[in-house]
Amino acid sequence: MYRYDEFDHQFVRERTRQFRDQAERRMKGELTEDEFRPLRLMNGLYLQLHAYMLRVAVPYGTLSGKQMRALAFIADKWDKGYGHFTTRQNIQYNWIKLEDTADILGALADVEMHAIQTSGNCIRNVTTDHWAGAAADEIADPRPVGELLRQWSSLHPEFSYLPRKFKIAVTGAPHDRAAVKVHDIGLRLHKNDKSETGWEVIVGGGQGRTPIIGVTVRDFLPEHELVGYLEAIMRVYNLYGRRDNKYKARIKILVHELGAEKFKSEVEAEYARKPQASTEVEERELARIAAYFAAPQFDKLPRWSASFEEAKLANPAFARWARNNLGAHKIDGYTIVNISLKPEGGIPGDATGEQMRLMADLAEKYSHDELRISHAQNIVLPHVKKDDAFTIWQGLDAAGLSTANYGLAGDIIACPGLDYCALATARSIPISQAISRKFANLDRQEEIGPIKINISGCINACGHHHVGHIGILGLDKKGEEYYQITLGGSSAENASIGSILGPGFAGHEVADAIETILDTYLKLRAPGEEFLAAYARVGAKPFKEALYATA
Amino acid sequence: MTTTEKGQLVTANRLRDGIAVFLTRTGSWSETIDEAALALEPQAAAALESRAKDAEKANLVTGSYLIDAERREGRVRAALIRERMRTLGPTVRLDLGKQAEGTAGAFAASEGV
Repeated sequence: MYRYDEFDHQFVRERTRQFRDQAERRMKGELTEDEFRPLRLMNGLYLQLHAYMLRVAVPYGTLSGKQMRALAFIADKWDKGYGHFTTRQNIQYNWIKLEDTADILGALADVEMHAIQTSGNCIRNVTTDHWAGAAADEIADPRPVGELLRQWSSLHPEFSYLPRKFKIAVTGAPHDRAAVKVHDIGLRLHKNDKSETGWEVIVGGGQGRTPIIGVTVRDFLPEHELVGYLEAIMRVYNLYGRRDNKYKARIKILVHELGAEKFKSEVEAEYARKPQASTEVEERELARIAAYFAAPQFDKLPRWSASFEEAKLANPAFARWARNNLGAHKIDGYTIVNISLKPEGGIPGDATGEQMRLMADLAEKYSHDELRISHAQNIVLPHVKKDDAFTIWQGLDAAGLSTANYGLAGDIIACPGLDYCALATARSIPISQAISRKFANLDRQEEIGPIKINISGCINACGHHHVGHIGILGLDKKGEEYYQITLGGSSAENASIGSILGPGFAGHEVADAIETILDTYLKLRAPGEEFLAAYARVGAKPFKEALYATA
Repeated sequence: MTTTEKGQLVTANRLRDGIAVFLTRTGSWSETIDEAALALEPQAAAALESRAKDAEKANLVTGSYLIDAERREGRVRAALIRERMRTLGPTVRLDLGKQAEGTAGAFAASEGV
C-alpha cells in the first residue's frame, strides 16, 4: 500500500503551516488577492460560483479506509456533508471557507494527504488505472512508476512554472483504463517476446479546446531511464512551449506545431546531452518504491465460489450487479468491486460523508484496506473475495450505492458544470440526470451494452466529452444553454476524438436525442457489436438521419 | 403598470467564506441580489465599481465586477445564466445555497431540463 515517507510528512506539515500564515495575512490585508491567488491555487483552493472549492489530491486514486474516513469528516465538518469525486481521481469540496482551509489541510496531513499540485502550471497529480495491482490483464502495477514520477516532479523547481498545467497518466495493462493517449504524457507498459517490460512514451495528447491524440516518441523505454527521458521532454516543452497565449501553451500544441518527428528529435537531442551526471534511477530505489505497493497477502482460493454462485441464483438484483459491476481479478477467488456513484437521477461522482464512511468500512473489512477513485467518478474496492461480494452488496444497497450500471448508459461522466463551476458555459449535471432517468430501466441498459456517455459544461472538457462514445458539450448561445453531441470518441487503447453530429440541442431535448441515437444503434447493430464498433462501421449518417430528418 | 429598470450592479465574493454577495445602496454587501444597488447610468455604475474596489482594499470582498441586470417589481434579475446561478445555488441541490436559505433571486436559473 502506498505511503508517504518521512520527507513527505515533514514537507506537508510545513506547507500547511505556511498556508495558515498566508491565509491569515490575506484576511488581515497584508497580502492582496493578486499576491494570494497563486498561493491558494498551489494548495488546491479555487474560488468558484458559490464559495471556495478545495481540490484534494488522491495519488493514483488510491486511498485507505482511514483516509476515506478523513474525507468524510471534512465533508461533514467543513463542507455540506458531501464531496465530489473528479475525473482526475481527486475529490473536490464545493463549500469551503477560506478561514477553515488551513484546518482542513491539517486534517488531511494527519492522514498523509494534501492538496498540493492539484492546480497551477505544474505537473499535476499522476493518474493511473483504477484497477492497478488487481486487474487480471495487467502486466505490472503502474503505481510504483506513478510514485517515482510524483517524487521526481513534486515541487521540482524547474517544472513549477511550466507554460501550462501538465498531466501524466500511467497504465500497466494492455486494456487502457487510464486514457493515456489523451494526456500530456501517457505511459503504457509493454512486454516483449523475451518477457522484458518497457514503457511506451506517448506525448502531446489532450482534451480541452484542442483535442489531440498523443504521439508515441519511444516504444519501449527501460524503467530506469524514465525519469531522465521525461526530464528531456519537460525541458523541450519548457524551452519551446508558448507562454504568450494560454490557449496554445499546452505541450500538445507544441508537438503539433513542431511536428512529431521534429519534436522527437529535439527530445532525443536533449536526452543525449545528459546535462546531469546521471538521471538513471537505481534498481534499489525502484525496488524501495515498489515495496510501497506490495500486493496484499491473498488467500489461496478456488476460482469458483459456491456461496457467490448461490447468492446470484437466489437474488436476481445481486446477480445483475455482479454481472455489471465486478471486474476480473488476477488472483483466483477474488474480484474487483466497482461501486457506481451514478444512482438513477443522481449527481455523478457525489458521495455523502455517510456513504464515504460505509465504503471505508467495507474496504477495511473486505478489500485489504484499499479503495480507488476512478476517472469515471466511481469508487473501486480492488481486492475482494468472491465469497464476500454478497455481503458487500447488501451493505452498499442499504446506503444507496448498489446501482448495477457500471460501464452502461447510466454510468455517465459529468463535470460539475454551471451548477458549481466559474468557468462553465452550461450545466452538465441536469443533463446527466435526465439521461439517467430516461434509461432508468436496467434491462434496457444491459441490452444497449457498454457505452460511455460523457458530458462537459464547457470547452475545457473536464467531463471528457471528446472521448465519450457519445459526448455532450454544453455551450452558451445568446444567453441560453445548448448542447453539442459528438459520436465515436474513445479514451481506451484505440483512442479517438468524437465528431460533431450536427446542430446542437436545447437542454430539455438532449435526453431524447440520446435515446434516438441509442435506438438507432440497436436497430442497426450486428449481433454482439458494441456501439463504437457499429459507429465505426456505419458512420454518422444513420444517426444524423434519425436525429435531424424529421426536424 | 410595472416598469422594468435596466442597469448594472456590482457583485463579488466575500473574502472569508467565498459566498457571492452584491453591493447595496448603503455600501454594505448583501447575499440577496434584490438588495443590490442598480446603477441606471454609466456614471453611477463607475461609482459603484469604485466603492467595490474600496471594499476589496478593506478585505471584505474579492474579485468584484459589474454585471448587467434589471429590476422589476422590486426583484432584481441578472442577465447572464452564470450570474443567476450565483444568486441561487446549484439547481441540482435545491437544499443548498441561497435558494435554501431564503436569500435567492426571484427566478429559475433558466428552463429546467
